[in-house]
Amino acid sequence: MKFLCVECDQQMAFGERQLPGDGTLAATFKCPKCGRVVAMLTNPMETQLVSSLGVEIGGRTVPAEPFEMVRANVVTAERPDGPTAPAWSVEAQERLSRVPSFVRGMVKKIYADYAKERGITEITPVIMDTARAELGLEGM
Amino acid sequence: MRTYHQLTDPDRSGLADQIGAQRKRVAERLAGVRRIVAVMSGKGGVGKSYVTAHLARGLARGGRTVGVLDADLNGPTIPGLLQVPHTAQPPAIGLDGVKCISMGHFLDAGAPLAFRGPTAESFVWRGAMEASALREFLGDVEWGSLDILLLDLPPGMQRYIELCDILGNPPPVLTVTIPTPESRDAVRRAMRAAVDRGSELLGIVENMVGGELKGTAGDELAQEFATPVLTRIPWHPTPDTWNRLAAQL
Repeated sequence: MKFLCVECDQQMAFGERQLPGDGTLAATFKCPKCGRVVAMLTNPMETQLVSSLGVEIGGRTVPAEPFEMVRANVVTAERPDGPTAPAWSVEAQERLSRVPSFVRGMVKKIYADYAKERGITEITPVIMDTARAELGLEGM
Repeated sequence: MRTYHQLTDPDRSGLADQIGAQRKRVAERLAGVRRIVAVMSGKGGVGKSYVTAHLARGLARGGRTVGVLDADLNGPTIPGLLQVPHTAQPPAIGLDGVKCISMGHFLDAGAPLAFRGPTAESFVWRGAMEASALREFLGDVEWGSLDILLLDLPPGMQRYIELCDILGNPPPVLTVTIPTPESRDAVRRAMRAAVDRGSELLGIVENMVGGELKGTAGDELAQEFATPVLTRIPWHPTPDTWNRLAAQL
C-alpha cells in the first residue's frame, strides 16, 4: 500500500511503526512537501493478514530467522494463544444462563472473543451490553 | 489523483523486495535438490502420505539421498511413518536415512494446528499463514544435497497451487488414487488442475488394490491423461513393492 498527499500530489514517506501489543498496528506516513502526517491504523485481523505474508511494514531491520513465522505463531503449550480466557462475573453468568441452551455456547464464545481481543479480563453485564451494541447482537 | 502504479518513489517498507527476498531464499535453498516431485491426489484417504513415505524409503534404499516435505500442515503423518522423534529438529532423519520436515515437529503431541491471532474472521488470514508456513518449510530447511525431494500434499488443490506460486514453477506430479469411481472423479479434477498449471504428470500409483475397493480408476485416469500406471499397491505391500516403484522415478 502507498499513501498519496492529494493536495501536494506527493507520495507520502513511511515514518514509524508502533505495535501496541493488542494485535493492532500503527504506522505513520509524512508528505515530503507539506509535512502533513497521517497514521494508518489496522485492526487485529488486518495486522494478522500482513504478518501472515511474512513481511514487515516499514521494512525489515534484521534478517528473517529460520521458521520465524511458524515458531512465533503456531500455538503450543509454551506459546498459548494470547491472554488467558476472560473471567465471567456472577451477574454476567446469570445473564448468560438465560440465553437458550442451543445457542448459549456460540453466544458465550462471541463475548469471550470480544473480550480477549480487547484485553478485557472480566466479562460483566456492562461489557455484554457494549459488545452487543458494537457487534449488532440485539437479543443476545 | 494518481493511482497506485503511478507512485514510483522508493518505499521504505519495500514489501515487493521482501517478497522477492523470500522467493530468492527458497530458490537458493532448493538449489542443491536435483529433483522435486509432488505427491498428490484430489481425494483424501487414498494413502498419499503412506505412499510418499514408503516411496522415499525405497528411493533411499536404492542409494539416493531423499527428503520429504510434509505439506499436510493440518494432519502431519510423515514423522510417524518415518519414525522420527517428535522433538527432532528439522530436517529430521527417519527410517532408511530419509530426511523430513513436518508441521508435526512444531506441534504439541495430539494438538491441532492453531495460529496465534484474532479469532474473528480468522478464515481471512489462516490460508495466508499456512502458505507462509509452507514457504518457510521450502526456504528454511538445510537439506544439503538431495537427489529427490518428495512433497506430500494434503487432499484438494489449494496446497498445490500455493506450491506452484512459491516455487515459481509447477512441480512434476505423482498421482495417488484408489480403484473406486469416487476416487477417479476426485483425482481427475486434481490432475486436470495440475495439467492446467503446467505440471508434468509422472504417472499414477493405484493404492489399496485387491481388496474390497472395486473399480478401475488407475487405468481410466491413465488413459484419459496419457500417463502410465506406475504400480498397483496391494493391501500388504513388501519392501520390494516400493523398491520397484522407486526404480521407475
